Amino acid sequence: MGVDLRPVVPALIVAVTGVIVLLAQAFAGRGKASPSMPLSLLGLFGALASVIVLAARGVRGATLGGAYVLDDFSLFLHGLILSVGIVALLISPSYLRATGAERGEYYALVLFSIVGMLGLVSCLELVALFVALEIMSVALYGAAGLHRTRPESTEAAMKYFLTGAFSSAFFLYGVALLYGASGSTWVDRIAAAVAGGGEGGTLALLGAGMLLVGFGFKVASVPFHMWAPDVYEGAPTTVTAVMAAGVKAAAFGGFVRVFLRALPGLSEQWEPAVAALALVTMVVGNLGALAQSNLKRMLAYSSVAHAGYLLTALVAGDGAGTQAILFYLVAYALVNLGGFGALAALARSGREPLWLDDVAGLARRRPALAAAIAVYMVSLTGVPVSAGFVGKFYLFRAAVEAGYVTLAIVGFLASVVSAYYYLRVVVAMYMREPVGEDGWAHVSTASAAALAFTAIVVLGLGVYPGPVLDWADVAARSLL
Amino acid sequence: MSGRLLTVLVFLPVAGAVLVALLPRAAERAQKVAGLVVSGGVFVLSLLLLRGFEAVPGMQFEERHAWLPGYGISYHLGLDGLSLWLVVLTTFLTPLALAGSWSSIRDRVREFNVFMLLLEAGMIGVFVALDLFLFYIFWEAMLIPMYFLIGIWGHERRIYAAFKFFLYTMAGSVLMLVAFLVLYQATGARTFDLLLLAQRPVDPALQTWLFAAFALAFAIKVPMFPFHTWLPDAHVEAPTAGSVILAGVLLKMGGYGFLRLAFPLFPDAAVRFAPWIGALAAIGIVYGALVSLVQPNLKKLIAYSSVSHLGFVMLGIAALTPTAVVGSVYQMINHGISTGALFLLAGMLYDRRHTFEIAEYGGLRRVMPWLTAVFLLVSFSSIAVPGFNGFIGEFLILLGSWRFSPPLVVLASLGVVLAAGYVLWMVQRVFYGEVTNAKNASLPDLSTREALVLVPLVALALFMGVASPLFTRMIEPSADALVRVVREAPARPRVAPGTVAEIPDGR
Repeated sequence: MGVDLRPVVPALIVAVTGVIVLLAQAFAGRGKASPSMPLSLLGLFGALASVIVLAARGVRGATLGGAYVLDDFSLFLHGLILSVGIVALLISPSYLRATGAERGEYYALVLFSIVGMLGLVSCLELVALFVALEIMSVALYGAAGLHRTRPESTEAAMKYFLTGAFSSAFFLYGVALLYGASGSTWVDRIAAAVAGGGEGGTLALLGAGMLLVGFGFKVASVPFHMWAPDVYEGAPTTVTAVMAAGVKAAAFGGFVRVFLRALPGLSEQWEPAVAALALVTMVVGNLGALAQSNLKRMLAYSSVAHAGYLLTALVAGDGAGTQAILFYLVAYALVNLGGFGALAALARSGREPLWLDDVAGLARRRPALAAAIAVYMVSLTGVPVSAGFVGKFYLFRAAVEAGYVTLAIVGFLASVVSAYYYLRVVVAMYMREPVGEDGWAHVSTASAAALAFTAIVVLGLGVYPGPVLDWADVAARSLL
Repeated sequence: MSGRLLTVLVFLPVAGAVLVALLPRAAERAQKVAGLVVSGGVFVLSLLLLRGFEAVPGMQFEERHAWLPGYGISYHLGLDGLSLWLVVLTTFLTPLALAGSWSSIRDRVREFNVFMLLLEAGMIGVFVALDLFLFYIFWEAMLIPMYFLIGIWGHERRIYAAFKFFLYTMAGSVLMLVAFLVLYQATGARTFDLLLLAQRPVDPALQTWLFAAFALAFAIKVPMFPFHTWLPDAHVEAPTAGSVILAGVLLKMGGYGFLRLAFPLFPDAAVRFAPWIGALAAIGIVYGALVSLVQPNLKKLIAYSSVSHLGFVMLGIAALTPTAVVGSVYQMINHGISTGALFLLAGMLYDRRHTFEIAEYGGLRRVMPWLTAVFLLVSFSSIAVPGFNGFIGEFLILLGSWRFSPPLVVLASLGVVLAAGYVLWMVQRVFYGEVTNAKNASLPDLSTREALVLVPLVALALFMGVASPLFTRMIEPSADALVRVVREAPARPRVAPGTVAEIPDGR
């Protein structure tokens, strides 16, 4: 019997679409209406449909020699990542047009990064995992530098690339050390070897440490977060949205799988380390965000802070912890897409809303958009009724159940600090008068649809999170 | 319908808010009318509670539906004597606050009505939720509309006050949320259902910590001295409707939280903490009164008087005798009526003169006899003149607290005297004497609308002063039951942390 390709169908569809988009761009020529956007959207919807079909038909299992697995865990994250991609595509055209970066490569790069993300949450073999990580990252290095004429954009690409390469080196070295310790790069065999103890103990521990650093960079946890504010600020806003929502989800997916499935034998060693990282990340991320008046930088630090919240549940480990992480990733992805998407939707040639002053009085000029942003901010703060509240509740419930009450206390207190800077946005929009002329773009239909979708789902999950929680529970139990 | 009355009461305002939000921006009159009609309708419906309520302990109008069944979270509502009048107070004050702001809110009328209705839903929800998760959702969700009300329609320093209000309250609440999680874990019952959890008090050592977390959240909300510093800012800066709701209802949630959550869940800790709570309450009574004496600002004076009045409420709760608890619940209602009315009156003065400085007024009695008369009546209610509702409440509290601690009662009585001092002195400076400021010489007296807003409040203040048994009769059974449960708790078995207790699912 040949190779069962069904588990890779979603990734395959996205990859093929990416190639077609590149080719179509080459043949379409300049100046004409580009088919890239509809093609890409079609590809992502196709991939999402295939995920639904695979899920419904109960297709599970490993393929490609066992390196690529489709379990409920990867299916859950497939669904999330593809949805992130769709929303990101919807908010892109108006932004690219406004900033003069309307190029087909953009769509191809986003699609390729999504292929990488899908791989990252599905690989059971660490070298394959590394390849997926690099596919995702390299595509985003390019996308971050899309605004070729803007120094900040180039700086972002450069910084992202350098730190990314740096973290890849850590990651690879970690894989090599684990190979040295266990004689394998397969998740299950590493787990067996590590659990058995033996002479490779120190090597394995070092390897685990290196992987922690590698993943730490990708999820932007302190002290590996330095790149995030600059890159988030400099990259085109829609790319930032993909980074914040998609990369975080994919990287946490890989993080969870590797640490809970390859290294459970070392959990006594890495749990305290991750707990410490979580603590520092929550504190530093929130304090950093307090000092920002640039909205993109503020959201960058907030993304650091949220990496900290997520790490608290990783400490809690299997089951409830993983479930909480999955649910929170959904909540988090939605609001970040929304937040960055809202900023992108206002962009007009040569002008992007970046500062608090830029959104002052927005409630008078764009009431619906302001309401949506207010919903995102409330959710990021973790106040009901919102997905963010339910998400945080489950993250910290997992931490408390695992005995880390301190983490929960710090996490909730950090949320109070975060209320200050998130509410500042609401204050600017609702309680201050507009500054200057209304120079912002009118929100395009596609963006409006995407933003309305995210805001409504955020509220909906705040009231009735049951189905997604249940699905996340199934996904967490299935983790291979 | 009666089986789902509480759900209707909680969600009718939400539906009303959606309706108002869908009205066209220019149709301001329609928005106001819709807000008033919906909140008025909610009030009328809440009267059905009074008709169906029986004066027995235990929950009534209970509703329980699976919400997140896998996680021990249910949609569980219910009402007893402790919450009945608070719900009615909420539904009573909301339309009055809306009517009182009829002409003073001119900017973004639609949003104002939306937030007021959402706030009402949250407040009713807090008083009827019997699941900790649900309770927390209402408790925190309520912050958002209040935050907007202060921040958008408030006075000069509104943004600062809105922030302070939000951050203080949230800081207190998140620790309570951690305590919820620890409690969930410690009982092993894997439920957030309040009634089920209350049957299994946890280990006394753990209770201390959990009670402290709850107490912090509620003490900030009350607010008890020394956690009261957000209150004067929030009150002074809030628009009239915001102040009315804040003083009338929101401040009651602290005391209610002690009675409904903290005491039954942690009876051992409650008994141990009670002397401290009582002491802080007595300090709050005197401190609030002394600060009120020196306030040059009318609204700030009323705000600090709230600190003092709520000290009485907390003293009664800490005393934990049936009489004192009944007095506390009764006093919460009284304070809602009298302080709500005082803020409405202050707002009416502000509408005319755009200042809250007492020195700016003087001699208003000659210009506005009707307003003066109403103000005087409300002041009598506030300072507990016999014949008014405040007297019954404070008397019951002091009577019931005597066995708890005579020195604290003596101290609290001093607060009664001081209250008469600062309120009457304020009334004298504002309304009596000669008209010293020419701007006051030709102010219009109460309009029909204003009179219609105030008459129900004054009538109720008098009615509750002479017909108190009608009200206390419904509070008593629940208060007795609460006191018995808490006092007798130490005799019951404990669940040590980590052990799994078997708790039957269902009621």
